[in-house]
Amino acid sequence: MTIIFYILLLFIIIAAIIAVETRYLLSAVICVGAIGFGASLMFLFLRAPDIAITQIVVEVLGLIILIRACLSRELTFISGDREFFAVVVSAVIIFAIFLAGIKVLDTLPDFGTAIFAEVPDTASQTYIGEGLEKTGAANIVASVILDFRAYDTLGEATVLFTSIIGATVILRKKSKKLLEDPE
Amino acid sequence: MPYALCFLLFMIGLYCAVVKKNMVKIVIGIMVMEYAVNLFLIMLGYRFGGVAPIIDKGQLEAGMEQFISSSVDPLPQALVLTAIVISLGSLALMISICIRTYEKYGTFDITQIRRLKG
Repeated sequence: MTIIFYILLLFIIIAAIIAVETRYLLSAVICVGAIGFGASLMFLFLRAPDIAITQIVVEVLGLIILIRACLSRELTFISGDREFFAVVVSAVIIFAIFLAGIKVLDTLPDFGTAIFAEVPDTASQTYIGEGLEKTGAANIVASVILDFRAYDTLGEATVLFTSIIGATVILRKKSKKLLEDPE
Repeated sequence: MPYALCFLLFMIGLYCAVVKKNMVKIVIGIMVMEYAVNLFLIMLGYRFGGVAPIIDKGQLEAGMEQFISSSVDPLPQALVLTAIVISLGSLALMISICIRTYEKYGTFDITQIRRLKG
């Protein structure tokens, strides 16, 4: 069973490397789509069907937005990195952070052990055990986001609304005209 | 070991966001980092042989004890659901900034965008 996770993770990592290193923006965007759908399959095998469905919907919308950004633009294949010295320094620093982070991951329990079940009285155990009686929802994830932590969902809606307002304001043509000739 | 691969994915995204000159490539790097963090959080709640946190009729008849001892963690799933939707909003905002910058300067290359005055 674990072999599926390794195959999917390797697929995602290869797609990420191609997305980072390819010269053409459209290929990079399509590779981002491959990462997203691979992640969606991975969520399905990790027993999270709600997230898999949401990931597919968000992935399609995100691909449309990204393709909108790089279609009908010239100069979409700018290649080359920053100066050689800066690239080497950043790569070395990122590799050092990676090695340090691997050490931190050793302190976690092995993959596949339920961490929340070993600590007594965690919130997750309450949700699993009493979610059905308290909220009446058979889907525990739905009972968490819509009942136990409904304020989180309210905040999510606020953040989404704010970001869409920001995008609308940035893309509006009228504001630019007002800036250039104030009368 | 799957945690380490997930961390490697995060580092690929960080490298892309730090080194690349193209604005859309930077946005792609940030997206890759988001995927890595979401995957890591869901992996933390997984248990071998677990079932999805959805109670069906058979589980109700078999008793809740078996469901409690075999369900995966629902809390990271609920929070990652929020994070995925918010990542879509932030992606729309970043891409609109990229499109606007392209209209003004005619390029995505961040080393050529020098007239950033208030």
